[in-house]
Amino acid sequence: MTPPVDEALLRSLTPHVLGILVRRGAGFAAAEDAVQDALVEAVRVWPGGLPRDPKAWLVTVAWRRFLDTTRADAARRRREDVAEEEPAPGPAPGVDDTLQLYFLCAHPSLTPSSAVALTLRAVGGLTTRQIAQAYLVPEATMAQRISRAKRTVSGVRLDRPGDVATVLRVLYLVFNEGYSGDVDLAAEAVRLTRQLAAAIDHPEVAGLLALMLLHHARRATRTAPDGSLVPLGEQDRGRWDTGMIAEGVGILQAALARDRLGEFQAQAAIAALHADAPTAGETDWVQIVEWYDELTRLTDSPVVRLNRAVAVGEADGPRAGLTALAAVDAAVPRHTAAAAHLHERAGDLATAARLYAEAARKAPNLAERDHLTRQAARLNARCR
Amino acid sequence: MAKYLLLKHYRGAPASVNDAPMEQWTPAEISAHVQYMHDFAARLGETGEFVDSQALAPSGTFVRYDGEGRPPVTDGPFAETKDLIAGWMVIDVDSYERAVELAGELSAAPGAGGRPIHEWLELRPFLGAAPLITE
Repeated sequence: MTPPVDEALLRSLTPHVLGILVRRGAGFAAAEDAVQDALVEAVRVWPGGLPRDPKAWLVTVAWRRFLDTTRADAARRRREDVAEEEPAPGPAPGVDDTLQLYFLCAHPSLTPSSAVALTLRAVGGLTTRQIAQAYLVPEATMAQRISRAKRTVSGVRLDRPGDVATVLRVLYLVFNEGYSGDVDLAAEAVRLTRQLAAAIDHPEVAGLLALMLLHHARRATRTAPDGSLVPLGEQDRGRWDTGMIAEGVGILQAALARDRLGEFQAQAAIAALHADAPTAGETDWVQIVEWYDELTRLTDSPVVRLNRAVAVGEADGPRAGLTALAAVDAAVPRHTAAAAHLHERAGDLATAARLYAEAARKAPNLAERDHLTRQAARLNARCR
Repeated sequence: MAKYLLLKHYRGAPASVNDAPMEQWTPAEISAHVQYMHDFAARLGETGEFVDSQALAPSGTFVRYDGEGRPPVTDGPFAETKDLIAGWMVIDVDSYERAVELAGELSAAPGAGGRPIHEWLELRPFLGAAPLITE
């Protein structure tokens, strides 16, 4: 038995290798293809023995592949525009290379789905097949999406810092996709955000990393063995990952101390207050409402106002929660589910059951639909 | 091998024998139903007959072209629409008989009271590619 290739190592080296090729003068699109080929080659060859310097190995193989392809292209076009000799290895790559790749892959000219796919491939080192499986689309579709994205950013210069906010939005999207197929996108998002936090000192990057860690720590308890959703209040808190929570809280506290609050830090603060409560009943809802007030100020998002109304229902009672909810646009997703929950807490089980059934019909995914149908069924059984 | 679509309807199919809306079942009956569906798909995965399965939201929109330079027209959802698809499963099987057998099994999923729903499922063959040899 040969040992399987350490995929985590391969993926963590990907952006560095790509950065070196680009700095040697390779175009981003061609360099990215060459790195993918080198990764595939590593998966094939490395089980026979890990090279002493895996990164140097990848750079060598990727650079050769790049030259071969360029030569073939050049021959086809009957022109020579790239030096054929392998240049001396450049200086040790700084974290800057990786950072520039994050900016490029989340460039504002890309659609969100393209930015996500390109980030997972060029920075994350996932194969097109893995990304396609994770997003449940045919491999050819994903390959096309990635190659179009590469064409879109081909003219972008890599010498100026980009917008951190766009990178964070892409990573947030990847995290929320969760787990489907054989790639754990949530874990991958945590890894990529951790790598970004190491490359740039920014309180919102830290805030997003803390937010992800605090949610990831609860993941094992979010679903029952039969696949059904377990709401926060009913999760087995003894099975939350305390190490991950401690790390998230530490990162968040350091970020908050810098007094440059942003929406991810505020969301992480709410997640930290939940993580901090030994039982659901001991949750500090008053502080959570205060953080939702901060979030409303920062984002003015109707989704935040909806969540705030639910928190008000816990802090000041369900009647106050329903009053707060009445001020939120009824078209906001999960409005009906929130109303059902607050009516149940207010003791109006018949209304709550009717609203849960209605919320189930509007549910955006199967897991939530089943969960809401079960809530309606539970109350209907009690009303009979 | 031949592919078949098993269509489940919100509306438009004849009424099931055990026809109670899911929110009137007990939570345990819902769990049993969900488990049955999971097991069914997993078993077809193991026999190499499963292709795809998806559920659809109960309301949608009708859309049509409205001429050069104009945005498409949208209409609906219509409460009176007679046929409303809830979801589908695609299977790849050796014969029509096998497809009918599997549709029958899926229709036996437990519902209210733990009894089979006897739901009507629509079985539709795919129109595949033309064969190379036709004589």
